[in-house]
Amino acid sequence: MGERLSIKTERDEQQLFNSRAIIAALIVLLALTGIIARMYFLQVKQNAYYTNLSLQNYQHRIPIAPTRGQIYDRNGVLLADSKTKYVIQVVRDSVSDLNDDGKRNYSDIDILLGQLSGLVSISEKEQRLFMQQLRKTSRYQPTVLKENLTDVEVAKFAVNKPRFPGVDIEVRMERNYPYGKVASHVIGYVGRIDERDMKNLNRDEYAASTHIGKTGVEASHEDRLHGQTGYSLHEVDAHGQYKDLLDEKPPVGGQDLFLSIDMDLQLKAEDLLKNERGAVIAIDPTNGEVLAMASMPTFDPNLFVNGISHKDYTDLRDNPDRPLYNRALQSAYPPGSTIKPMVALGGLQEGVIWPSKTTYDPGFFQIPGNKHRYRCWKKSGHGAVGIDRAIAQSCDTFFYDMAYRMGVEKYSNFMRNYGFGQVTGIDLPSESPGLMPTPEWKQKRYKQIWYPGDTVNIGIGQGYWLATPLQLAHAVATTSMRGIRVKPRLLHAVRRVKNEPPEVLPPEYLPKVVLKNPHFWDLSINGMINVVNASYGTAKKVSQGISYTMAGKTGTAQVFGIAQNAKYDAKKLAKRLHDHALFVGFAPASNPKIALSVIIENGGGGSSVAAPVARAMMDEYLLPKPALDPNAPAGPPKPVATLVNNTKNSKQPRER
Amino acid sequence: MFNNLLPPIVVQILQRLDLVLLSALGLLIFAGGVTLYSASDMSLEMVYRQGLHFLLGCSLMVVMSQVQSKTLRQWVVWLYGIGLVLLVLVLVVGETKKGATRWLYIGIDIQPAEMMKIAVPMMIAYYFSEKSLPPRLIDIIIALILIFVPMLLIMKQPDLGTSLLIAVSGLFVIYLAGMSWWLIGGAIAFIAVAAPLMFHYGMHEYQRQRVLTLISDDVNVLKEGYHIYQSKIAIGAGGLYGKGWQNGDQSHLDFLPERHTDFIYAVFGEEFGLVGNLALLSLYLFIIWRALYIASKGEDTFGRLLAGSLSLTFFIYLLVNTGMVSGVLPVVGVPLPLVSYGGTSIVTLMIAFGIIMGMKKRKRIYQTDD
Repeated sequence: MGERLSIKTERDEQQLFNSRAIIAALIVLLALTGIIARMYFLQVKQNAYYTNLSLQNYQHRIPIAPTRGQIYDRNGVLLADSKTKYVIQVVRDSVSDLNDDGKRNYSDIDILLGQLSGLVSISEKEQRLFMQQLRKTSRYQPTVLKENLTDVEVAKFAVNKPRFPGVDIEVRMERNYPYGKVASHVIGYVGRIDERDMKNLNRDEYAASTHIGKTGVEASHEDRLHGQTGYSLHEVDAHGQYKDLLDEKPPVGGQDLFLSIDMDLQLKAEDLLKNERGAVIAIDPTNGEVLAMASMPTFDPNLFVNGISHKDYTDLRDNPDRPLYNRALQSAYPPGSTIKPMVALGGLQEGVIWPSKTTYDPGFFQIPGNKHRYRCWKKSGHGAVGIDRAIAQSCDTFFYDMAYRMGVEKYSNFMRNYGFGQVTGIDLPSESPGLMPTPEWKQKRYKQIWYPGDTVNIGIGQGYWLATPLQLAHAVATTSMRGIRVKPRLLHAVRRVKNEPPEVLPPEYLPKVVLKNPHFWDLSINGMINVVNASYGTAKKVSQGISYTMAGKTGTAQVFGIAQNAKYDAKKLAKRLHDHALFVGFAPASNPKIALSVIIENGGGGSSVAAPVARAMMDEYLLPKPALDPNAPAGPPKPVATLVNNTKNSKQPRER
Repeated sequence: MFNNLLPPIVVQILQRLDLVLLSALGLLIFAGGVTLYSASDMSLEMVYRQGLHFLLGCSLMVVMSQVQSKTLRQWVVWLYGIGLVLLVLVLVVGETKKGATRWLYIGIDIQPAEMMKIAVPMMIAYYFSEKSLPPRLIDIIIALILIFVPMLLIMKQPDLGTSLLIAVSGLFVIYLAGMSWWLIGGAIAFIAVAAPLMFHYGMHEYQRQRVLTLISDDVNVLKEGYHIYQSKIAIGAGGLYGKGWQNGDQSHLDFLPERHTDFIYAVFGEEFGLVGNLALLSLYLFIIWRALYIASKGEDTFGRLLAGSLSLTFFIYLLVNTGMVSGVLPVVGVPLPLVSYGGTSIVTLMIAFGIIMGMKKRKRIYQTDD
């Protein structure tokens, strides 16, 4: 048939084919252009996206935890150290059938140990102990094969890990507090990172960390202590096998902290309060450094490091003496008479009293037109008193009258400038702001108006006014420095690089208390000197045999609002209704080196119970130390402590 | 050229070959070997075996290039008939591997479907060469029957990819024969309607999954979409210039499945980037155009239609593979022509190129003797 086609048909068919072929050729071009467009989209437009996916595919980043910084006192006494410990352990059930007999049994473990010994050195003793332990442990639980692996062993194993199902390296951080219960409220403790911590922290930075500071300096300086997490970046294939080490960044250890705490003074403070509930805070008034901060009773932070047992925790939590509570800054007490030297300054500043001003004290104060008598602690009255005797003898009537005439606004305002009613900003968590009451506050809190009597009460540090022991220490330090306020702090110095000298941090100044006449400071400070040193001073006994000038102020706070628990026996209940004993002071008066506040809950009178503690603290800090027997760092038995016990039940009238 | 230096028989053989097409193919084969070396993790053995495939393929190409159109026409009906018989035999006594019955054991394993890739377009070209063109509707219907019988037999194996490619190669003959555009438009419309029905009632679950994978893109990454997902990562991460030869992380770290066979294009894309792709596809385009050009110089209608269809089928292989690897077409087991590792496909393709060359209008070889 084909042969019979005419030439014309043949030419037509050729042309038909040619046109179809040309169209096809164009379609081919179009389609391949489409593929190239697709390639352009993938390789240029979405290149970053796919590059990222590719990296995720084949790169494994293993975070490496930094070593936590250590904590020392100001003299380099170790308070907290930490070691990162690598532990290799085996879960028997997950070990593969290495001898191919279809069963997993102890002979597989023998083979496993043989294979592992090329990577990790395992002594015969470790091997024996491990096999013993393995037989005792559930097949699903890990058994420790070797503790304290070297970095090289860890690295070697990490690369070969896919070969060893059931074998794991656990990082254990061992935080240790060598002084145990001492200064535990200050140092705090670390604990395992829990879900609440996870919400707040940078997960990348904590990718390898197991612990985090929970309280105290451990928590407030977590950023400095933690350090920077490092990593190693491995190439990994589709089967999870590690190929090459691509990149590595070693972790940077945390900073070592040198606290302002003087451990000798801290030990002294805790010893002085060892049978009490209370707090002692000693501050260097020139720079705000806290030299001692004791809150008693206390607790052992080591219990918390690797998870506290349920029983230990319940014991601490349910203890009526609340050992976990840092009384120095979490508890707010009525400051009582301790604030009289500062209150007097407020009166002078506002002009309601003046240097020559005297007030007659008949033993009570009455608001004009009102019959209610606000009693002075001395029933017979002090007679005519000026500023000096009002402070030294703690005359209530003088301050009732002064506060009444000053008015609550000016009064609260002045005390606020002193730092009351607000946190000091110390570098510890959970600080209470206390309470410096105002009419607005009372209206909001109690839906009641402010009565003039409320002003009279806060005039002697009672009523609604609440202050933390730290605020009192800060206030007395401010007074000693004639108005210069330094933020209290616990961090004295930091060491960023191991073996380098620590860098001392500068003090942080707060707004000054400025008086219109600097001479006013002398009036207040002299009153405080006379509290301790004058024959008429409320705490004159405490200055016996003293070799420096001590200034101070006693205080006694009425106890109220203590929840009464039926479990307590009558004796204990009675004890809990005793007044709190307070004392604030500083020394030497002309050149202050230490300012402190003491509170002993239900201790009784400030002069008899709290003042001797203050004196003992100042002696410890200011007097040259006798050559101590190094085996007895806490010092010889303390007569002061005996004195505290003996005077507790004294029937003498006490000042407020 | 070398006419005076070489024995006349060699000159005669060489004159039957298209040296331009041959050079382009050589370049492509070289590029394929280079890529394969990297994709197989520097396995020289694999490259060597691929070389043997090409050696066999080239020999058969040279042989086929010597076969004239009129000789081939005498074989057509036999080839087609035997192919059909073998396809039926496969379904009855064939060997089953991986859930598909595609092989027949006759001393060695053969895949009759592979033979039909050439026999079907040949049969249709032969049928039309006996008619006057453009074809009448009745001729088209007969041609369609000739296409669909082997297609259905192969679909039964099941081997959807091959059956569709064979159908396409037959349809290309009908197109080149001059089927009216109206009919083409109607057919396309029909397919647009029939395809969804086909999807629901005519497909195996795994085939449906493949199509779904394509449509739903990255949703089911770790199951059905794993191949495409990894292949897109490889290509996308390659960027403009690629990661460099032997530096493809996706392939060398085993993330890319079937990387020396169906997905070798992803390896190429990862290592040579968009620039490499552009070069490679340009080379393919050149080969296809050259083959179409040779087809248009065909001795007769049969030769033109057959050579044209085989050229376009080669293009369809390329399109389906690159479309699949770059995630725009479903996953069907189609290798990248002349680059993917595998003997069967290479031999078939080289035979096809031999046929294309053989269809070219003969010159009078005596002229050189002057």
